[in-house]
Amino acid sequence: MTVKTATGAAGKKGFWPWLNKRLPVDKFLADQVTEYYAPKNFNIWYFFGSLALAVLVLQLVTGIFLTMFYKPGETTAFDSVQFIMREVDWGWLIRYLHSTGASFFFIVVYLHMFRAFLYGSYKPPRELLWLIGMAVYLALMAEAFMGYVLPWGNMSFWGAQVIVNLFGTIPGIGPDLVLWIRGDYGIADSTLNRFFSLHVAAVPLVILGLVALHLVALHEVGSNNPDGIEIKEKLGADGKPLDGIPFHPYYTVKDLFGVAVFLVLVAIVVFFVPSFGGLFLEAPNYEPANPLSTPEHIAPVWYFTPFYAILRAVPDQRMGALLMLIAVMAFLFVPWLDRSPVKSMRYRGWMSRGALALFVVSFIALGYLGMQPAEGLYVMLARIFATVYFAFFFLMPIYTKLDRVKPVPERVVYHAH
Amino acid sequence: MADHAGVAGGDEVDLDRRKFLTRATIATGAVGAVFAAVPFIESWNPSERARAAGAPVSFDLSKLEPGQMAIPVWRRQPIYVVRRTPDMVARIAGHDTDLKDPGSLNSDQPPYAKNTLRSRSAEFLVLVGICTHLGCLPKQRFAAGELYPSWPGGFFCPCHGSRFDLAGRVFDGSPASINLRVPPYSYPKEHLLLVGSDEKGAA
Repeated sequence: MTVKTATGAAGKKGFWPWLNKRLPVDKFLADQVTEYYAPKNFNIWYFFGSLALAVLVLQLVTGIFLTMFYKPGETTAFDSVQFIMREVDWGWLIRYLHSTGASFFFIVVYLHMFRAFLYGSYKPPRELLWLIGMAVYLALMAEAFMGYVLPWGNMSFWGAQVIVNLFGTIPGIGPDLVLWIRGDYGIADSTLNRFFSLHVAAVPLVILGLVALHLVALHEVGSNNPDGIEIKEKLGADGKPLDGIPFHPYYTVKDLFGVAVFLVLVAIVVFFVPSFGGLFLEAPNYEPANPLSTPEHIAPVWYFTPFYAILRAVPDQRMGALLMLIAVMAFLFVPWLDRSPVKSMRYRGWMSRGALALFVVSFIALGYLGMQPAEGLYVMLARIFATVYFAFFFLMPIYTKLDRVKPVPERVVYHAH
Repeated sequence: MADHAGVAGGDEVDLDRRKFLTRATIATGAVGAVFAAVPFIESWNPSERARAAGAPVSFDLSKLEPGQMAIPVWRRQPIYVVRRTPDMVARIAGHDTDLKDPGSLNSDQPPYAKNTLRSRSAEFLVLVGICTHLGCLPKQRFAAGELYPSWPGGFFCPCHGSRFDLAGRVFDGSPASINLRVPPYSYPKEHLLLVGSDEKGAA
């Protein structure tokens, strides 16, 4: 009889074999999860990748619901956000989850990137993985900026004005480009509507695609680890890495625990300090957009302030915009700037370690200075820390080469608990 | 069958021909894609409605007292119209060495405003009230010494600290690189200012 169409590969009956013959569920799970071997020595820094994925889901779900109540448009946007906050059942919770999620997204991504610096996760064979990750970061910046414009508060308006005008500093095409981006002679209804479309459809699709690529590339080369040792080079008799453990159940359980702790932190902010002292939601944004009144002091949300401080530190708008662009783009070149023979900071000398420490200090200091008024001592300090910031990148080929490194062990350092 | 005879006879594939056809197809497709993108890109241009709303606006200058500033709106931009007193005009001179572009050589203004006072007449100053740095609204600080002892009076941008004199010329040490812009304007009748239109027609 040859009518057993609903049978699996092994000729077994049932739904699961039937499904797998038509959709490679088992194969996919085995390749990507149950038989995907990750280094066994992951530490706390390895939580942030899965946490970023968790925030992405949070943002998508809350964003979809916000879109059901939000009305883009000069005359409707601000009121519809107030409507969500005051009249939609649980609207305040959905919106605060979304606004808090945006800041947590950047916290998680910055820590994730710091992990890469700590353990040299951008070094070969993971350069492309790093570049895709950076593309996610750039898309995230665009997404966050446009999302910030949507409530159409006064800081939304003036933030959009300042950021869109950055394109005006491009020689030649600048002014026409700005007119094209805005679709009007000022930041207007047309600008708000196109940002809305980009924020809820175009950029999220790009981010999802890039995240998928990031994961495919990660699973191709395998995760780095705190020792910076390639576990694929030491295989056991069964062909599995000796220092690897299956992602599921070991790391799925670990990551779920991380998500639980993370959600507690999100909940604390959402329920007790949703504006986080003006860091997550700025006071001038509780006022509707007013094209004839600039807020006394314009500062972007905290995750952009390091770059904003660099922009303001330069007494020339074109140079300032250019340096800010370089400050963001410098990350792209790190895999080729780092000439150290070892990956992990554990086996690097004082030069690489000191440089990274100085960089972290300057990044945080610039973040603080970007929130302060651009005057006097603040500008002076911003110039000093900007110099340190750029020195970290552009002197990297020198100090990573001069640095005295320690011998890297054969196998990962791991003590069973 | 007769139709297949040619195929059977020509076993060898002409790879050069295939490569040429592939490349020609890709090139044609790419050109088509560029043309197809044009309507989508141009949809972002200011709409007819936005352009119509950008028509010239008029302002009655007789409403303005000496030393006062009015802010009519043209094309969503605040236009600073200042009626300068002779004292204010006098305070425009004497600090050329502290300015980035005292002669307005690199700045953006119609030819009739490319002078020291940056205006058609000494009395009325007409500027686009948008900081040439990143677009905030500079605030009026007209009194001498208001910001610091040697301050000759002018405009101060609260966002990033750019400073401009009473002709809208930018001071050294400001993040803005060029002077405040001057819109095209004209006086079709006495006491009537028309912003957005001059001898050359509407902007």
